[in-house]
Amino acid sequence: MKIFVVVGTQEPFDRMMRAIDEWAVKKGFVDIFAQISRASYVPGGFESTDFISPELFDIKFKEADIIVSHAGMGTIISALQHSKPIIVMPRLAQFHEHRNDHQLATAKSFAKLGFVKAVYSETELQQALDNASEMKPAPAIGPGASSRLIEYLKEVISA
Amino acid sequence: MTIKRKKILAVASGGGHWIQLLRLRPAFEGCEVVYMSTHEGYQKQVSDSAFHAVTDANRWNKLKLIVMSFEVIWVVIKVRPDIIISTGAAPGLLAIIWGKLTLKKTIWLDSIANVEKISMSGRLAKPFATIHMTQWEQLATNAPTVFKGNVIT
Repeated sequence: MKIFVVVGTQEPFDRMMRAIDEWAVKKGFVDIFAQISRASYVPGGFESTDFISPELFDIKFKEADIIVSHAGMGTIISALQHSKPIIVMPRLAQFHEHRNDHQLATAKSFAKLGFVKAVYSETELQQALDNASEMKPAPAIGPGASSRLIEYLKEVISA
Repeated sequence: MTIKRKKILAVASGGGHWIQLLRLRPAFEGCEVVYMSTHEGYQKQVSDSAFHAVTDANRWNKLKLIVMSFEVIWVVIKVRPDIIISTGAAPGLLAIIWGKLTLKKTIWLDSIANVEKISMSGRLAKPFATIHMTQWEQLATNAPTVFKGNVIT
């Protein structure tokens, strides 16, 4: 099982990284590649990089069986496009991981729609990783927005 | 007689905003599209269009924000689009403000990440957007904000 971990281009997400690293070391599981941003915590249990080109991101995404990510739309949409199971952990303002708690609302809403597995603590994340091999992806989405939105935009653009 | 193709300036900051913008591409068919974002590396994803990179900034870094503002305005002046569309955040907001002041058609599509309330940039963009959209039906309660579908279904 290959795991690709993504924290996005803005802030690091050490709380998530530490939990994954702990889990990986405990399990002796090393087939993980992580994009960690300018993190102060660099995982010892697996390979990581601060930033990643869109091309390498695509390669890593396709190779992976499971995606683990902050609740950022870039990664969530990519997972839906590639039909990969995804575990998301929202960044929280109380730990200075984001300026506000909108990722919490994103995670909850997308979990409710069955698009992601949302976890809200380090313990929940590690439990989800324990069961990751049984995760099923949500049905793949197409390459574009909903036809309703596209038709509406076309109308607005040509008006 | 030839009909002049509409020129669209499509703007998004990096990451999720950019991915959402790219999912709108089928709507741009038949138009000349110019993209603007915050990472040079994105150029390859829209290689059939012109692309401008501007400084990455948000409201927490005032100096970078000022630099980015000038860059964004310069691109809008140079490109002379008929329509400006953005999925967020700061560069899109600035492009839309400048676009509105120069009488362009402006379209704001708030990110699907904003489930409980419209983003700060989205709220600021509202008076400057010809069309102001949310991707969640429950947020389309204050006119003129409308819900017309989203980027994923």
